[in-house]
Amino acid sequence: MVEHLQADGEEPCVTLDAFLSQSNATAVRLESDEDARALIPYLDRLKLIEIAFPAFRDGRGYSSARILREAGYTGELRAQGDVLVDQIAYMKRCGFDSFASEKPLNPADVDAALARWPHHYQGAADAAVPIWKLRHG
Amino acid sequence: MYKYDEYDQAMVEARVAEFSDQVRRRLAGEITEDQFKPLRLMNGLYLQLHAYMLRVAVPYGTLDSRQMRMLAHIARTYDRDYGHFTTRQNIQYNWIKLEDAPAILADLASVEMHAIQTSGNCIRNISSDQWAGAAADEITDPRPWAELLRQWSSFHPEFSYLPRKFKIAVIAADEDRAAMRLHDIGIQIVEKDGQHGAAFYVGGGMGRTPMIAPLIKDFVPLDDLLSYTEACLRVYNRYGRRDNIYKARIKILIHELGADEYRRQVEEEFAHVKTLGIDPPRAEFDRIAAQFAPPPLDASAPDAVDRSDPDFAVWLDQNVAAHKVPGHAIINISLKPVGGIPGDASSAQIDLMADLAETYSHDELRVTHAQNIVLPHVRKADLYAIWQKLDEAGLATPNLDLISDIIACPGLDYCSLANARSIPVAQKIATRFADLGRQKELGELKLKISGCINACGHHHAGHIGILGVDRKGTENYQLLLGGSGAEDVSLGTITGPGFDEDGIVDAIERVTDKYLSERTEGERFVDTFRRVGMAPFKEAIYG
Repeated sequence: MVEHLQADGEEPCVTLDAFLSQSNATAVRLESDEDARALIPYLDRLKLIEIAFPAFRDGRGYSSARILREAGYTGELRAQGDVLVDQIAYMKRCGFDSFASEKPLNPADVDAALARWPHHYQGAADAAVPIWKLRHG
Repeated sequence: MYKYDEYDQAMVEARVAEFSDQVRRRLAGEITEDQFKPLRLMNGLYLQLHAYMLRVAVPYGTLDSRQMRMLAHIARTYDRDYGHFTTRQNIQYNWIKLEDAPAILADLASVEMHAIQTSGNCIRNISSDQWAGAAADEITDPRPWAELLRQWSSFHPEFSYLPRKFKIAVIAADEDRAAMRLHDIGIQIVEKDGQHGAAFYVGGGMGRTPMIAPLIKDFVPLDDLLSYTEACLRVYNRYGRRDNIYKARIKILIHELGADEYRRQVEEEFAHVKTLGIDPPRAEFDRIAAQFAPPPLDASAPDAVDRSDPDFAVWLDQNVAAHKVPGHAIINISLKPVGGIPGDASSAQIDLMADLAETYSHDELRVTHAQNIVLPHVRKADLYAIWQKLDEAGLATPNLDLISDIIACPGLDYCSLANARSIPVAQKIATRFADLGRQKELGELKLKISGCINACGHHHAGHIGILGVDRKGTENYQLLLGGSGAEDVSLGTITGPGFDEDGIVDAIERVTDKYLSERTEGERFVDTFRRVGMAPFKEAIYG
């Protein structure tokens, strides 16, 4: 369920500027201060969007991810950088489906973190049914 | 009041399990303090000067007696037999051991309490009017809205690593008892064409750059409350400054963009967010609101109160407020005895207040942002018996809203951020003005002390504010006049050069003397200040 490493033979990500100025690339990297909405016209031809987390405290990538999923993006959405085990559950809820952490993650801790929450209070970019909906059917 | 269902209970229990695991990894050396810090902060655990401090959430300041007794139990078992009620209607414990923290959270979970998001750069505990459900001037009880927001904001996946902390207050009366416009988002429930909606004030706050929140939207329909809040937060999460911790609060973003441009961006985001279906149906609001149904109060209960005990009469006039139901009253219990530490209560006092709430106040208590406790639903016929018990426990100080009802942060006695001590200054001021007749002569006078520029003691919003700073290695106290956190919200102005610990007490006395000589009939201190301005006070202080 969780990818920790870049797969072999994968097309390298281009920068947002490079992507917007040329390109037929299918993989793009979004820095934390770049506008995810710039990619919305091209989502159907993208296979991978990598979102940078230069520091775990920089939470802009969570909004970027949700915006892309809310716009209908269905390809791989990868969190790259200072990605910690205790953030992965939130990242997954925001639409990330792969994680390239700079520091190795203990797979058992990752699995425990992802299995931790029985339910969720609010709707997000994952398929979880919010608690209010469970209450009212 | 709100009762957890199986979902709420499962969420707090999952959190206890998660934090227990995180503490285990920290104690085993598997994670560093730097990695552990954001995790413990999201559970309200700070590392202070001498020990860990645990801040426990009291959602919108409402408690029942069982929860209050648990707060006493924690003080007795894991701390030094007391707790400190805070300006955000929470309680904090100053002498906690890291290894005890998971057990404390488990104890809290057993009474539907937690320390979730009481620190960290996330959405903090939602605060509200301490008289909610009891005040005659409210259009509705604001707490169901606050509870809706509490659930939405708990473990919010997108907004747990914001640029900075985020505080929301909800009120439903024109009289603002919650300093609503000094919050990141202040919501006032208002009525338009027979419908309730929310007025959104966004971008207020204190700290080193105090700002009063501008009105961003005058009427958000109830069914859009969460979508609109989510839009406000998303714009902030994406564009709030992250390059400088001191400019990272939403007030700076809104100040730099301008309220109109921020509103435009929020409206644009809202138009999108509203399509996502994140707003619960009205049935969920109704489910929550039903749990805040007013207690069964007998409106034919006797209205007369025997005032023959003069000490009781003094307390009655100062600390008891009108209830919306005849024959009933709101008791404000002062945690500001002369010479005491503002907001502190011993475990025995906490237990006693729990007992009184259970017996006399339909099992409800409130914590106020002024660091006092409220019994919201009391029969007038019981007031004397309650007062006697409070008096025996040292809880009947009749000084609500007087100069000795001081808000003070923990200051350099505890806090690792502080530059100066707050508590001794509060004690000296209260002692100088100990004579109750003199305090009553001065009338409503809100004095607020912060031990550093972060303004946890709300000094900007004090009629008289004191800011402790470090000046070349010695504590120095600046004096501010003319602030208010109420519906007449304003920010205080610094008088001039600061003072040492005794000098600040003298300066306040010169200020209050000047007020007495300048005031006109019925004028409060802050009204006189607004009318005559700083100059006469400055002259009285500095000559």
